[in-house]
Amino acid sequence: MVNVAYLMLLLPLAGFLFLVAFGRRIGDPVAGWVGTVAVGGAFVVACIVLAGLIHLPGDHRVVVHNYFTWFSSGGLSVPVGTLVDPLSMTMCMFVTGVSALIHLYSIGYMKGDRDYSKFFIYLNLFVFSMLLLVLGDNLLLTFVGWEGVGVCSYWLVAFWFQRESAASAGKKAFIYNRIGDAGFLLAIFLIFEKTGTLQYESGPGGGIFGQPVHLGGGTATAAVLLLFLAATGKSAQIPLFNWLPDAMEGPTPVSALIHAATMVTAGVYLLCRMNPLLHLTTPGMEVIASIGAVTAFVAATIACAQQDIKKVLAFSTVSQIGYMVLAVGTGAYIAAIFLMVMHAFFKGLLFLGAGSVIHGLEDEQDLKRMGALRRYMKWTTVTFTIGFLAIAGIPPLSGFWAKGDVLDNVFAHYKVLWVIGLVTAVLTAYYMSRLEVLAFGGEPRFDKPGPRGEPALHAPHESPWVMRLPLVVLAFFAFFGGVLDLPWVHTHNLESWLTPVFSGTLYNDNLSATSEWALALTDITAALIGVIVAVWLWRGSEVDKPALEPAFLQRVWYWDDFYDTIIGRPSQRLATFFAWVVDVRVIDGAVNGSAHLAKATGTAARKLQTGYARNYALGIAIGMALIIAFMLSRTWWG
Amino acid sequence: MSLSGAWYLGLAAIVFTIGAIGLMVRRNVLIMFMCIELMLNAANLTFVTFARMLHDIGGQAVVFFVLVVAAAEVVVGLGIVVTNFRRRATTVADDLDSLKG
Repeated sequence: MVNVAYLMLLLPLAGFLFLVAFGRRIGDPVAGWVGTVAVGGAFVVACIVLAGLIHLPGDHRVVVHNYFTWFSSGGLSVPVGTLVDPLSMTMCMFVTGVSALIHLYSIGYMKGDRDYSKFFIYLNLFVFSMLLLVLGDNLLLTFVGWEGVGVCSYWLVAFWFQRESAASAGKKAFIYNRIGDAGFLLAIFLIFEKTGTLQYESGPGGGIFGQPVHLGGGTATAAVLLLFLAATGKSAQIPLFNWLPDAMEGPTPVSALIHAATMVTAGVYLLCRMNPLLHLTTPGMEVIASIGAVTAFVAATIACAQQDIKKVLAFSTVSQIGYMVLAVGTGAYIAAIFLMVMHAFFKGLLFLGAGSVIHGLEDEQDLKRMGALRRYMKWTTVTFTIGFLAIAGIPPLSGFWAKGDVLDNVFAHYKVLWVIGLVTAVLTAYYMSRLEVLAFGGEPRFDKPGPRGEPALHAPHESPWVMRLPLVVLAFFAFFGGVLDLPWVHTHNLESWLTPVFSGTLYNDNLSATSEWALALTDITAALIGVIVAVWLWRGSEVDKPALEPAFLQRVWYWDDFYDTIIGRPSQRLATFFAWVVDVRVIDGAVNGSAHLAKATGTAARKLQTGYARNYALGIAIGMALIIAFMLSRTWWG
Repeated sequence: MSLSGAWYLGLAAIVFTIGAIGLMVRRNVLIMFMCIELMLNAANLTFVTFARMLHDIGGQAVVFFVLVVAAAEVVVGLGIVVTNFRRRATTVADDLDSLKG
């Protein structure tokens, strides 16, 4: 059953090709259903493969299947093959599952859009690329998927490209990702140079992981840091995190699927996949952990001051991925994956809930213009609240277990980073409660004109069932997802399932039961502090509180301005210099100069052409005289 | 008595120079034509002289070619001159300067 894994790739690809050919003709809503069925089919296949993999004995759960050779050149041979192991199947399950739900949701959300079928073309191609990234059995195939999701992200962020802001947000996303991709490529070159192969587990010399000998010293550190650069681009970590909030210009299902649940976790997946390499470099791990912790904290502070409902969720995503990266840097890969899966559930849910709100409020995204939505959108309110409690870390919802798992490991390994993580947990609970209170609590504000003279909005309406169903399913998992990996269960859970993948490289926190209880209580206290403070501060009807939203946080720690000053403006000045000085003076000067030279030569030379036959005859005579003189001189003196 | 070859060569040089200078200083196309003929015949005289001096019949043979080519050239050249005279009513070479740069 495991060897049907290729069907998982082919179904979304077939959906993509079919929609490219016939999408416009079958239109709304059939195109959406075709896309949903293709991805739903992939989910079914993923379940079958998963069942097959579970039936294999624990140490045989690595199935590599090579279908054909993509190309071979010199010592490099790249097969197209799938690597099915617990890690890739865990990813596949939630990628296809969440994707299918969000496809279903999009049928309702994108209704009436001008480019309805194009949206599903991109979504199907995205799912295919993401699965290729996850299932590919060598670095190059992963890179192809990596680029595929990147370009789909670009297309989907800039989906409403008629809007200037959407078009430039797409470009921003693409360029930030390209910076990371450069690191990925360099890492591929370095690893091939040292090991002579790009396959993970199989192939010559036992693949990359089979030859740690060749990766000693600085090599592993360099390769890991380059891969981490790629991860910071894709997973929106410092220093390349600014693109993700702007990516919210895309349709909300895209924000939920690509910019919260799946694509942005690709960086974390890549680092987990390369765990034997990470194990070889302590400095690399320390860099990863520090960046993760700092990103989690910085993004959480920014989320506290955003007004746009999707921007809050975007910075929250950056912050949560920071937690995952922190876990990876600690060596707690399973905690990272656990949080990744739970995050896919609750952040997907939160984004879809936000989409439902935006859909019901005539595309209004400003939190300050919402309020009291609980009276109008019951389904959305209940499901969104479950997502909010989950991410805030309130037990027994999924986020509590996942975040607790990460923080326990960090506590045992890096105490300082644990403090940052804990402060971030307080902030997380704070900004999510603020969002919940502003949107769903208090009194309605949408029925009054906006602060910049926008007209009052109609009372919101609840979304259709295709949008509510995904909310309910995701809310279920966001609520109960924690049972996948409860701390006191040690068999038949995510930990025992994933341990073979990370055997020998996994960090073991070895905490006593007392410490674990104490840490769990600390987490709960942190979450409650955040919630209580937020509710106390934002409960009133007055929502303009500049003291709580300093410009420093609203302007994202002036991070964009910083890049603008050190890179953007100098580049622009350089470009202006080249356009108006180098191009006009040097290049145009050279071109026009040679033209002027030719013209001047011609003007001078035309005077020779007098039109008088006798002048030409004189020329001939003089020439002949010279020749004769020359020959005579040769005879006399030669 | 017979004159030595140098006299003939000297005569040929004088005739050639007359032709060349005439070509350069005269304006009438027909006169210029005659000057060209003078130069050609100076060359012919040189050929014949050398043929005699070197006992090589080749030089005399070349003269016949030159005569034939000169005859053909005169036909074409006079044709151009006549046509030109019809179109422009002039035989002055300096008036024919439409190729001036």
